[in-house]
Amino acid sequence: MRGRLRALATAAGTLALLLAGAVLPAWALFLGTVALAKGLTILGLVFLMRAGLVSFGQGLYYALGAYAAGFLGEHLGVTDAFAVLGAGVVLAVLVAALVGVLMVQYREIFFAMLSLAFSMILYGVLVKTQTFGSTDGINVPPATFLGWAPAAGRLRVALYLLTVLAGAAAVAAARRYALSTLGSLAHAIRDNEIRVEYLGASVARAIYVKYLLAAGLAGLSGGLVALTVGHIDPEMAYWTTSGEFVFVALLGGTGNVLAPMLGSVVFEVARSYAYAYSPYTWQMLLGLLMLAVILFVPHGLGSLAERWSARRAR
Amino acid sequence: MTAILETAGLTKRFGAVTAAEGLDVRIASGAVVGMIGPNGAGKTTFLNIVTGYLEPDRGSVRFRGREITGLGPRAIAALGIARSFQIPQLFGSLTALENMLVARRLASGAVRDFWRPLHDRALAEEALAALRRLGLDRLAHQTVGTLPEGARKLLDIALALVRRPGLLLLDEPTSGVSVKEKFALFDVLVGVLRADGVTAIFVEHDMEVVARYADEVLAFADGRVLARGAPADVLRDPAVRRLVVGTED
Repeated sequence: MRGRLRALATAAGTLALLLAGAVLPAWALFLGTVALAKGLTILGLVFLMRAGLVSFGQGLYYALGAYAAGFLGEHLGVTDAFAVLGAGVVLAVLVAALVGVLMVQYREIFFAMLSLAFSMILYGVLVKTQTFGSTDGINVPPATFLGWAPAAGRLRVALYLLTVLAGAAAVAAARRYALSTLGSLAHAIRDNEIRVEYLGASVARAIYVKYLLAAGLAGLSGGLVALTVGHIDPEMAYWTTSGEFVFVALLGGTGNVLAPMLGSVVFEVARSYAYAYSPYTWQMLLGLLMLAVILFVPHGLGSLAERWSARRAR
Repeated sequence: MTAILETAGLTKRFGAVTAAEGLDVRIASGAVVGMIGPNGAGKTTFLNIVTGYLEPDRGSVRFRGREITGLGPRAIAALGIARSFQIPQLFGSLTALENMLVARRLASGAVRDFWRPLHDRALAEEALAALRRLGLDRLAHQTVGTLPEGARKLLDIALALVRRPGLLLLDEPTSGVSVKEKFALFDVLVGVLRADGVTAIFVEHDMEVVARYADEVLAFADGRVLARGAPADVLRDPAVRRLVVGTED
């Protein structure tokens, strides 16, 4: 019953977001699209964080997704959104399949630093390669949708709708995954790897699957952001980008699958306003926001709903 | 009686320390064996080698006649050897029931079970029944981190029993448990072991517990087997009394 109510609420929320596409001003559509798209990377990061693994290198897969879209559009003339997004996901998962073999052997700070190192390798390659636009990056041609090439205003709405649908599908799938044995195993792995092994499961294999899922989501996320912004550059693989994802994951919390989306929207709105009203101290304002969340909502903004329902139950 | 576990010349050294020296141990199928010895005698090392946590420097381990030396914990668990730990190895942020659900889902080893929902009514009923056998059902929905030590120990054992092992190794199942709880814990535990026909080796420092519940006793000292046999005989052995029990009369 509770599950059905939750599914209805998610469906209603998705419908409301889709309808909002018709009335939101251009700047809000842009902000919402970028926030929801980035939320996908953070959702994948949360899969890893639940298992006690903090990746400071999700920028690697985010940038791969973005560069797949940019490269296909700029150099090969492929502009179909579904094709370039699919290519980004495939590329991210393929690279993760290789990198993951090494990553699953490390934990804690070593996992964090190694993930950062891999993303910085990609950053170095992008900066030094003219084909990828070097430090200037490359422009991403306007997306088409199965042959339909919308004008600028409609393109913005179309990308927003596509991102909302992708986000809703990802959240629904992530929820199903979180309730599965493999998803629940994240807590078990974080608590006690030895016991998991003695119960007959491979911790390394479970983490590997989580790593691939997180990479796939980051690839999709990077592709959507690339199509929305229309320009990509090596900063997407830089460690500060990955650090920002960790920041937002903490802001939203890891308790439920909607939290990354909520955290991402709050972060993008807060950053935009902080930058607009205090261009020289906007980072400090974001720091204060984080401090307030840690002090007053230590489990992240996503835990507010659980707190509220727990209070109602009492 | 046929042997379920046999070790031959099992040796393990940690630098200059010899934790196991040529251990030849034979455990009869269906027996409940008490393992005694002072700290550092090699009892836990023996359990760690048998369960694949450590590799021996020399020697072999055979389970149901099959060579298992050098296999990892997962492979050994799949063959039917389970263990509990001196410090219970539980999933602290989950409830007792969720601990059991995870264990039961993993027990099948089937990939499709990994993608199934963890919470399933039929599975939860099975898990609750397993908890009930050990008297833990009333604590099923309590987070493991908040459970008393005796319950944590029993839950650790309950997790080990999920795969219906042929051999269960228990590392100090009563350490940290009050004297009153000790016998209650063993009454329940040995009842379940006998009912299921599970062979067990338990490491124990309380000689009263050993005398009461073990069919056979293995006394360890300095990485060697000092004495073995019926509890009354081993506990009367002068060397055992001097080195293990701590009395000389």
